[in-house]
Amino acid sequence: FQVGLLVSVKRFFLFLFEIRVKPDKSGVVTDGVKHSMNPFCEIAVEEAVKLKEKKLIKEVVAVSCGPQQAQETIRTALAMGADRGIHVQVAGKDYENLGPLQVSKIMAALAKKEEAQLVILGKQAIDDDCNQTGQMTAALLDWPQGTFASEVSFEGDKLKVVREIDGGLETITINTPAVVTADLRLNTPRYATLPNIMKAKKKKIAIMKPEDLGVDITSRVEVLRVDEPPQREAGVKVETVQDLVGKLKDSGLV
Amino acid sequence: ILVPSTNSDKISVKTYLHILVKKQTEHAVPQLYTALQRRACSSLSVPRITTHYTIHSRDKDPRWEGIEMERFADEADVVIVGGGPAGLSAAIRLKQLANEHEKELRVCLVEKASQIGAHTLSGACLEPSALNELFPDWKERGAPLNTEVTEDVFSILTEKHRIPVPMLPGLPMQNHGNYIVRLGNFVRWLGEQAEELGVELYPGYAASEVLFHEDGSVKGIATNDVGIAKDGSPKDVFERGMELHAKVTLFGEGCHGHLAKQLYKQFNLRENCEPQTYAIGLKELWMIDEKKWRPGRVEHSVGWPLNRNTYGGSFLYHLNEGEPLVALGFVIGLDYSNPYLSPFREFQRWKHHPFVAPTLEGGNRIAYGARALNEGGFQSIPKLTFPGGLLIGCSPGFMNVPKIKGTHTAMKSGMLAAEAIFPQVVAEELDSETAGLHIPEYAENLKNSWVWKELRAVRNIRPSFHNYFGLYGGMVYTGIFYWILRGKEPWTLKHCGTDADQLKPAKDCTPIDYPKPDGKISFDLLSSVALSGTNHEGDQPAHLTLRDDGVPVARNLGIYDGPEQRFCPAGVYEYVPLETGDGMRLQINAQNCVHCKTCDIKDPSQNINWVVPEGGGGPAYNGM
Repeated sequence: FQVGLLVSVKRFFLFLFEIRVKPDKSGVVTDGVKHSMNPFCEIAVEEAVKLKEKKLIKEVVAVSCGPQQAQETIRTALAMGADRGIHVQVAGKDYENLGPLQVSKIMAALAKKEEAQLVILGKQAIDDDCNQTGQMTAALLDWPQGTFASEVSFEGDKLKVVREIDGGLETITINTPAVVTADLRLNTPRYATLPNIMKAKKKKIAIMKPEDLGVDITSRVEVLRVDEPPQREAGVKVETVQDLVGKLKDSGLV
Repeated sequence: ILVPSTNSDKISVKTYLHILVKKQTEHAVPQLYTALQRRACSSLSVPRITTHYTIHSRDKDPRWEGIEMERFADEADVVIVGGGPAGLSAAIRLKQLANEHEKELRVCLVEKASQIGAHTLSGACLEPSALNELFPDWKERGAPLNTEVTEDVFSILTEKHRIPVPMLPGLPMQNHGNYIVRLGNFVRWLGEQAEELGVELYPGYAASEVLFHEDGSVKGIATNDVGIAKDGSPKDVFERGMELHAKVTLFGEGCHGHLAKQLYKQFNLRENCEPQTYAIGLKELWMIDEKKWRPGRVEHSVGWPLNRNTYGGSFLYHLNEGEPLVALGFVIGLDYSNPYLSPFREFQRWKHHPFVAPTLEGGNRIAYGARALNEGGFQSIPKLTFPGGLLIGCSPGFMNVPKIKGTHTAMKSGMLAAEAIFPQVVAEELDSETAGLHIPEYAENLKNSWVWKELRAVRNIRPSFHNYFGLYGGMVYTGIFYWILRGKEPWTLKHCGTDADQLKPAKDCTPIDYPKPDGKISFDLLSSVALSGTNHEGDQPAHLTLRDDGVPVARNLGIYDGPEQRFCPAGVYEYVPLETGDGMRLQINAQNCVHCKTCDIKDPSQNINWVVPEGGGGPAYNGM
């Protein structure tokens, strides 16, 4: 069963770095901060490469939308085993306003263009935690979706997906072509080792603009302000229940 | 002998006996007997702490049977270990020469930080001498030297007051013509210049092993293996590191590099020089109230809170990059003798001094970090070249101690190395007795350069502090012999031996009563470590390896009251009570490590061996 597969990768701050809000409250400070691939996207790439190694997939194409540095993220995906990359150039103010709707339009256009049979994404990005891109892509393509996947396998020409849901695990069978989003327990991503990074330099990354795909990336959302979370106030210990009731009354809660 | 298993490091009796048998075949029986005795006596059990393969070899380890250990190998002309000022300057100079002479040259640079500049930490006041030679057009190229020094202030602090010291021209601390830089940003810029010139940069890959030809010369390096679990066994994602072979390998690991440590032994490079002495430098970046901001102002102090026999002092630099940012920090010589001294807490309490605190009031701390630095100077420079490689930068140690500047000399050493090796690596016929090139011309060139003259002139200043009057004696000596006589005195003072030997037993010293951090100007250790952004893959063997797991409790805690709990600026070492029974054990929180190397330097038992963790781990400094 030989299909082509698109995997989408996004880059943001390393997950444990201290974030600072910009003085003008328009966003967070990004200058010089260490960036790396979104952890869920790493899991998606790993799954794609695993499927290729099992010979269920013919080719893995890694896609990223963003400025020049997005190519580093694509190179990491290539070092993990993707065959080629596509960099959709979006820079500056456009990049700051790029949201799930625009990315899913781009992914849908690319999926049609590349005649992909499977699109895998991370379930959400750690900067905005939107958890929307995969679902929107499926809707735009009118394809079935298997989201929060913790296990993916082929059954004939259908896809069996075990999903992590609030109540436990749900197993569904969906037709291909389909969209899958990766959850934490899907796999453990491999390291991008140095020899693979060196080989990845020779793999091709095609560069294109959203206009080339006929996609309009104007945003429907405007960020008004970004604030730090309020400082946590120290708690107060009281000796007796009467004290507690008194304090509750004082603060107008009772 | 049964080792009761602890909660974190369970090893089966079978494995322990296996290791015991292995030790038996390696060591003479009497040694085994004493080891068993020691184990039986000291705190009843020695929980297994170290699992790293450099201490417990994988050759006979049953868990490693059948694992593919072949490494992929690649050839370059020159391999450089370390992406700091020295390594990058060498790489850049090599490519500049290659372009000038229209030769092909493959230069590969490996760096353990995940991006170039992420492990760089320094004050820093940069003397642009070496940069002017490397890139005369650095301004047009956008080098981040944005803050010219406008004011230079030097003080001797007492607990409540300050004695100003005039900054006369000619004194080593004078900074006219220098720039206050965020060295991490400068190194990142150097990295960009290097990439433009065609240097292959590989951040996130640590050089963990030196490779040798059959004739004993250096063949290159191997990067670290990945995917080893905390207990030392291979994980599913285990992958061997890669070998990079080169005609000549440059080692620019910075102060107290771990590969350099091996090379000193292997090639006997330290037989004719004094042991290196060190200091630890801790640094913070603060965003201060605009009203307090005086861009271009450089402040240095000595004295309080250190006593006159502990070398050290502070720095506070006002940067001028569009926002009210100051870089401040504290340096303490690691030859201090009181095991109760905590460099971190000295730094925190210094900030409360009436001369310093007002600058910080109303401000916000945004970064923290620490690194060891060299203080040995001229007397401690080892032999610099050996078959197949050479040492550059702070690794052998070219820091001008009274100026507290080492970046310009590190860069120059890198450039001189490049100039010395270039003709030989591009030569049609390799003219060498050994498979790896030996380039003694590098050491010759260095001896004839301004680096040597500069270091020679200041060689006696640091050792002059070893007298009864300590700091004051040293200042008097500097005034007479450096300022007036320019270091031309015919004698060379010696250091006092290694830093590790300087600690006095805890019973002979008094604990220091440090004030509690107030959370506004001074802070506790753990919140500071969080600001360094340091992280390591949790499931890997601790890279702070112990040669003997029993020594910390028996010796470090027993005699010196566990000084590693105090000198580590990241809270890696903790003595915690055993879960069962009496006694303590050493807990190593390897994930906190900021790669400062102080423990490897100051451990009185010299039992701690810092090795490189999986590449990409470590602090995430941003323009420190």
